[in-house]
Order: sequence, then structure tokens, then C-alpha cells
Amino acid sequence: MSQYPRFLPVGDKALCIELGDSISEATNRWVHGLSREIGSLGARGVLEVVPTYRSLVVYYDPQSISYADLTSRIREMEGPLGEGEAVAARLVEIPTLYGGEYGPDIGDVAEHNGISEAEVIEIHSSADYLVYMMGFLPGFPYLGGMSERIATPRLKTPRSAIPAGSVAIAERQTGIYPVESPGGWRLIGRTPISLFDPGREPPVEIEPGDYLRFVQVDESEYVDVQSRMRAGTYALVMHQMGRTQ
Amino acid sequence: MRTIEVIKGGAFSTVQDMGRYGYQRYGVPVSGALDQFALRVGNMLLGNEEGDAGLETTFLGPTLRFHFDATIAITGGDLSPFLDGQAIPGWTTVSVPGGSTLSFKGPKDGIRSYVCVRGGIDVPVVMGSRSTFTRSRFGGFHGRALATGDMVPVADPDSGSPQPTERSLASQDVPRYGRHHTLHVTMGPQDDAFTTDGIDTFLASEFTVTPMFDRMGNRLDGPVIQHKKGADIISDGTTRGAVQVPGSGKPIVLLADCGTTGGYTKIATVISTDLPRMAQAQPGDTVVFRAVSLEEAHRALREQEAVIASLSR
Repeated sequence: MSQYPRFLPVGDKALCIELGDSISEATNRWVHGLSREIGSLGARGVLEVVPTYRSLVVYYDPQSISYADLTSRIREMEGPLGEGEAVAARLVEIPTLYGGEYGPDIGDVAEHNGISEAEVIEIHSSADYLVYMMGFLPGFPYLGGMSERIATPRLKTPRSAIPAGSVAIAERQTGIYPVESPGGWRLIGRTPISLFDPGREPPVEIEPGDYLRFVQVDESEYVDVQSRMRAGTYALVMHQMGRTQ
Repeated sequence: MRTIEVIKGGAFSTVQDMGRYGYQRYGVPVSGALDQFALRVGNMLLGNEEGDAGLETTFLGPTLRFHFDATIAITGGDLSPFLDGQAIPGWTTVSVPGGSTLSFKGPKDGIRSYVCVRGGIDVPVVMGSRSTFTRSRFGGFHGRALATGDMVPVADPDSGSPQPTERSLASQDVPRYGRHHTLHVTMGPQDDAFTTDGIDTFLASEFTVTPMFDRMGNRLDGPVIQHKKGADIISDGTTRGAVQVPGSGKPIVLLADCGTTGGYTKIATVISTDLPRMAQAQPGDTVVFRAVSLEEAHRALREQEAVIASLSR
């Protein structure tokens, strides 16, 4: 019998459920499936569920539900939803203007990997990236699935301010800066999509468990999406991926 | 207008309530009062909702002028509050005539004081909370610490709430913080990443609060806590109270503004009822950790909740 799921108390108001000990799409889909199931339980005293790569943290109010009751309710429902039996996922298009002033490091990425800038764009925009989790900054997606052919080390000296929407590479990861922040990732482009806006409900456009596809746009398309985004009339382009597996 | 004018912002004064739940999955920290007991008691004494927003002040408190007849309660650390030059007590309701000035003369016990006002601080609700998260510049008063010239709005008390009467927290329930803190912890979630020696070091040593302390967490100094293999794990959820031990072997106690996820091993988690003590600690204070069971932690929580419930009216 698998040692997972593994239930661990995290202080007196949270519970960690570990579903594996490595980063894999199958484990992470299980995380997101279970996260949604617990959320839809509507159990009194469950405050929120935070999915991460291979585990999730359930915040609860011990005045409303005991640790024993909480774990047994989750164990009871966890049976039918096993590993790999994930629910349908969304594929979200991220319009991206590559290179130029929006992606000043794309030349470095090309040079480091001995390919052309066009090939960097081709490789980066041809994969679907799983949003394993969000963290680090509000709205920052931890993405998996980038090709090693465009992997590039971080800058030796981080920038003090990276514009919001910057699409970037660090080692074998790619990501999007949701808000302006300092950072050392290599900037290869920028999206006009506002990934995080505290005044919006919900404040994010994408969810953990979504897949992202970067779609190359030119400057006029970028400006068009940006103005519609600001006017609140832009709707993300999404595709239903159906039951994966 | 029911406003409080900020004459001086103090070292770091922010609007905080009980925090922002439901958005950690998007990487948004909970925030909220570091000393939740103090904020809740202040609100209960005033007949507010226990989760109403108050001002969390740090070390050197602010100077505030009230532009209306207010009732306030100052709870948490004792930063020597004065009203128009007259010392006023903490953990009790105080009438503040319009035009009066509240100031602080410096910390006597603890470092974070809560200025709770009847009606509650009335700033816009962002993602379900009025708490300030300064690092991302949202929530609270324009997403930042208070500064000279700010006019902070206070809500009208609920029409149904009783007229203010003088009320105090019973003296046996008033926390005395001191400079030496015993923090009870439940072990884990990653205590299995440490050697037996490492666990012994953690539970048997005295640690010191360093100058690296803020609303994200307190870095402690002391003997190195030994890992079995390494300090890094696949990033997972992090909670307030978590005692993170990075590669240096020196623990960090996470507080309300901590990131929602992290990649360091967490040897233990400070129980909720002891977390205010960490929030009231200052550099140079000493800390020891004592392990308790989850049942003991929940018992302590029930006892504290009974104290707070006894203040409802």
C-alpha cells in the first residue's frame, strides 16, 4: 500500500496532506483534484485549501471541526479520487510579445543555447505549461514543462525592477512576473495580461492546475489586448483539455 | 467626519484586522494582526466585532489626533500611551474627547501595541480584509504604513451595539511579555528531516531574536540545528508560526506576512496561543521551544477562546 496520502498536522490550525515526494504532473493533478474536492465539501470549519507541487495545506478552525473529524472526512472522500484521476483542466492562452525592449534577454538565451531568437520563440511557445502552484509573489505561477533547449542561468546581477507581465526564464523554469518586482530571471518577452490585480475579484486570471500556452503576438495585438484588459473587456482565450490521462 | 489625523506615523503603524483568508492559493499572504489576541480583546472591550480593523503600532508608536469623540482601547505591548500628556492604561476602554492627541513614550513591555477604536478603522476591504500588506502595497491605508498628514477614517458603531461603558480585561488575563519567551510548539511538519541531535538542539537550547525581525518573521540566532540530508524540500505551504530551518541551521519563526509557500524544512510550528509572544519579542530577547501535543495546543486555544468569549456582551 502506498504511503500516500500522508496526513501531517501543521500547528494547531492547519493540516498538510502529502501525495508524493517528487514533482510530477500526475501527482500535481491529484493535488488539484483533491484540493477542489475538499473545497466543495463545504465542511464547517474548513477555511481554505492551498495546493502546492505534491501536497496541500488545509486551514481549519479547531473550534468548529476537530483534527480527527477533518482527517477522517478527507480520508473518506479521498478513496474514489485516486492518483491520476484528475478532473478536466483548462488551457489558457497567454498572448506574448517576444524580444525587443519587452524581452531584452532573448539574445542571451539564444546565444547560451546556440540557437536563433526565432527558435527560442518557437520552442517557448510550442509547449503547454502546467501551473503547478502559485506563490513567491501574489499571482506568480510556478510552471512546469519547459524545454531544456532554452534553459539559461539567472542574471549574475538581478534587476531592481522587472515590469509586470514579463515572461522570463531561470535555469529550466519559465514564469511570468505578475507585479513589478526585483528579480534575476532572463526576460524574453511580455504579456499584456494582468495576472494579479488586488482590486479585482478574483484577483487572478489563472488558477493553479491550469495549463498555459504562450502565443506570440505583434506590437499592435499587444497594444490592443492591453487596452481591452484595462477597459475590462478582454476575455482570456481558453480551451477545455478534457480529462487528462 | 470620524477621522484620526496622523501627526507622526511612528516606526511602523499599519491597519490590520484578522487577516485575508481564501487567497493563499494565489500566493496572497494572510497578513492581519501579529498579536491576534490583543486585537480581538481590544475590539471586544469596545463592543466591536472581534475582527474589526485596528492600528498595529510598532516599537515607537505614532502620534494621533482624534477629530471626534472616540472610545478606544489600547492592547498588546505597553508602549507607554499618553493622552494629551496624561498616561493612560492599556487593556481598558478610554474616552477620547475630540481634539485630543494620543502619543507613545516608548516600549516598556512588548513592542507591538494595538489602537482599537469603537466602530473600527474604515478602509476599503481588499480580498475580504482591511489588513495592510505593505510588500505588495495593497490593503489597509493605501497599502502602506501610516505617515504624517494621513486622515484615517473610523466607521460608525453598529446602531445596535450598546453604548460604551468602561470595561477592562481582568488583570490575571493580561499578558506580561517580558524579554524571555517560552514558545510551545507542535513538532513538524518536517521534523523527520532533522537528526536526533538536531531535534535535541532545537528543544534544549536558548535562541536569541536578531535585528532581522519584521511582519514576515523573526530570525533567531543560536546553535546550529542539524539536518539529516539538507534544508531544501519541494516547496509546500507555509503557515504563520512555522519554525523554518534553512541551510544555516538557524531557525526563522514565520509571522502573518510570510509567503504562502516555501522550500525550507519546518521543524515545528508555534502554537496559536503563544504566537503573540513571538510578535512582541525584540532583538536581544531569548527564546526557548517546548514541544506539546496537538491536544495540548487545542486545549490552550479553548482556554484562550473562553477568555475572549467572556468579553462578549
